[in-house]
This record gives sequence, structure tokens and C-alpha cells, in this order.
Amino acid sequence: MRRIVMWFMSTLTAVVLLFGYHTSTSGPTSATSAVIGSGSDVPSGSLTHSSSGSTSSSSGSSAQDTTVTGSTAQTRWGPVQVQITVAGGTITAVNVPVYPTGNPTDQEINSSALPQLIQETLDAQSADIDMVSGATVTSDGYLQSLQAALDEAGL
Amino acid sequence: MSAASATSPSVATAPKRYVDHAMGMPISLALRGRHADDGRARDAWLEVLVDLREADRVFSTYRDDSYVSRLGRGEITVADCPPEVADVLDLGCLARVQSAGAFDIWRRRADGQRVLDPSGVVKGWAVQRASAWLHTLPETDFCLSAGGDLVCHTDDPEGTPWRIGIEDPTDPRRLVAVVPVRRGGVATSGTAHRGGHLVDARTGSAPTLVASVTVVAGTLTWADLDATAAYALDGDAARWLRERAGRTGLVVWRDGTVEQVAGL
Repeated sequence: MRRIVMWFMSTLTAVVLLFGYHTSTSGPTSATSAVIGSGSDVPSGSLTHSSSGSTSSSSGSSAQDTTVTGSTAQTRWGPVQVQITVAGGTITAVNVPVYPTGNPTDQEINSSALPQLIQETLDAQSADIDMVSGATVTSDGYLQSLQAALDEAGL
Repeated sequence: MSAASATSPSVATAPKRYVDHAMGMPISLALRGRHADDGRARDAWLEVLVDLREADRVFSTYRDDSYVSRLGRGEITVADCPPEVADVLDLGCLARVQSAGAFDIWRRRADGQRVLDPSGVVKGWAVQRASAWLHTLPETDFCLSAGGDLVCHTDDPEGTPWRIGIEDPTDPRRLVAVVPVRRGGVATSGTAHRGGHLVDARTGSAPTLVASVTVVAGTLTWADLDATAAYALDGDAARWLRERAGRTGLVVWRDGTVEQVAGL
């Protein structure tokens, strides 16, 4: 079980943490490799890195802290870049300066879809709405929900 | 069909509604426009339900024989699973990294055993995937909701937006906000209906400051991931969400204050 879990973890993390991933922005010979486990679950000492890639940088803020920035990897979800800070062989911070935002129309949605506060809380019937977003309603709880009232009114 | 309904899918008539249950949740669909209420609409709706039930068979942690349950027990590997299992696990990994570990698809049971539970990814992902069937309806707007998380689409990018009411977490019969959405996903995380099951994966503790987080994003997949992650981050929910590109949202705090968030 444990071996499978570890294998599994490394498969998972490969997508976002592949520093050696060859992308369109990095040449076939430029690769920085960092093999790490999975975030907070990383046992100390499991991290190795070497910085030789053209699109990666490495800087140390103290004798113990080292920050490594990976090259941008193209995942099926879009570009991902990961930056990790290491102190004493342990990852102390993980930042993701570049990550996918879903789809290219996000900004368009953003500009028009800011939730508008209702000054006085309203019942669904008095607000002109089509659907309700709320904490997960189970099938058991559905009949008491606002959504059920909307559905019933429209059926 | 009248000429008017064929040319203006977003006319202000009441949408046609469909309701069923899948994945243990109520599934609500609203359609308006050319194929709101005909054979094609009903076929697409049936395909949506088939798709969701298929996702449930693969991913449910409530079914001992699902791929994910067998994977969690170590009986099979990812390579033995349908390819969408790797997609979902990758998404869970991305969400964990981006939330600094607050979101995780591995949770710790009371006995300390780590358990694979990708439910936090599956719902938004599965509903987003299923909504593709509704894109087969030309000149038709849809809004597909699964237990309070939903995908919106208007045929005309400038058409009449769907108006989504955001539930008051302290009183689920009332609303705290309305958000107009043409194309995108809306998800809300909180504990109003199910009790305290969402925890910070790093500490195992339930949030104490935040009551609910609603996120609007380009896809429901990411709206759901971000709502869950922000909620788990508790006091940092609004601050974290503000750094997220292409998101808007709403954080309702337990003290009753409501905060609008416009991401990057």
C-alpha cells in the first residue's frame, strides 16, 4: 500500500512539479531537475535540485534558505510554474507564480460577474433569480431548499 | 416554434426546468431559447444524467467497487483506471499546491490512516464535463446546477445573464447576494447543509471565521476547487481569493459581514 501511495504521489506531483519538462520556451538541452514528493508530506532529504536551466533561477536569502524557480511547464490545464523555498533540506514554501486560469474568457466573466450584495436579505420569491448557489445540498435536504422552490415554480 | 424564439434565445420568458438526482445530489437544469422544451432538450438532459452517474461509478468513495475506492485501498494503480481518474488527481494536486496545502485529496482518518478522497475535485469537474452535452443545443441558454454549484452558458456572449442567488449560510432560505453570469461556473463552499465536514488539510481543523465562500470562474471545475480551498484557508479566504486571476467571489464571515472579492 505504502509503495503504491508513494508511486501515486510522484505521478500526481509530476504534472506541476516537473522542473525538467521540455517546453516550447526551453531548449531540448536546458532542463532543471527537482524531484520532490508532495508538499507537506515530503520527508526531509527527499529533495534534490540542480540549477542549470536557461529559464530557471536560484537565489539564497541566507545560508540555509534556497529558492528555486522551475521553468514553465505546459500541462493540459495550461502553463504552470512552481517556486519552492528550501531550508535545511525541507521545503518551507511553495509558490506558483504561473498557473492556469481555466479558460481565456475568464477576464471577460470577471468584469461582469461581481456578486451584488442585497441590502436586506431577500426570500427567493422576491429576488428575481434563476438558480441558487449554496453549500452542497444533498438529495435528502433538497426539498427544503430554495432551489426546490424555484424548480417547482418553473415545472 | 415562433420566429421570435428562434432569434432571441434570451428573451425574458421563464426558463424550462428539469430536475433529477445523481451523485447523491439534486440536479437542476434551466433551459431557455430554441431547444428549451423539445426532444433534443430532453435527450441532452438524459445524456447529462448518464454522464454524472458514470462519474459517480468511477469516483464515488461511497461505493466500495468504484475505481477510486479500489485505488485508495491499493488494489489497482492509476494506470488501471479510466483516463479521467488521472485528470482528476492532477487537478487535486494543482489545487493543493496553489492553496499551500489547505486543499488536499488525501485526508487523515481519526486513526491516522490516510484516505484518498477526491470528492472535492470530482463534483465541479463532473458537472463541468456533463454540461458539454448542453452545448449541443443550438441557440439555447443553459444553467446546470448540482447541489448548489452550477455552470452557466448563454448562446449570445452579450445575452441576458443568468441571475444566481447566493444563499445566506446562516439561513438557507434567504439570499445575501445576486451574481449575473453569462458563461462560467459558480460554486459555494460552506457547511450550511451538511455540518462541519470541510477542514484545512494541513491541520485537520474546521474553519472558525468563515461561514461560506462563493467563487465565480471560467469553469465550474475551478470555481469549485477555489471555493473549497478558500474556505479551508479560513481567515485568509478573501486575501487568497484576491490573488486568483479571473475569479470573483463572495466571502460571508461568521460575524455576519459579507465581503465582495474581485480577483486579479
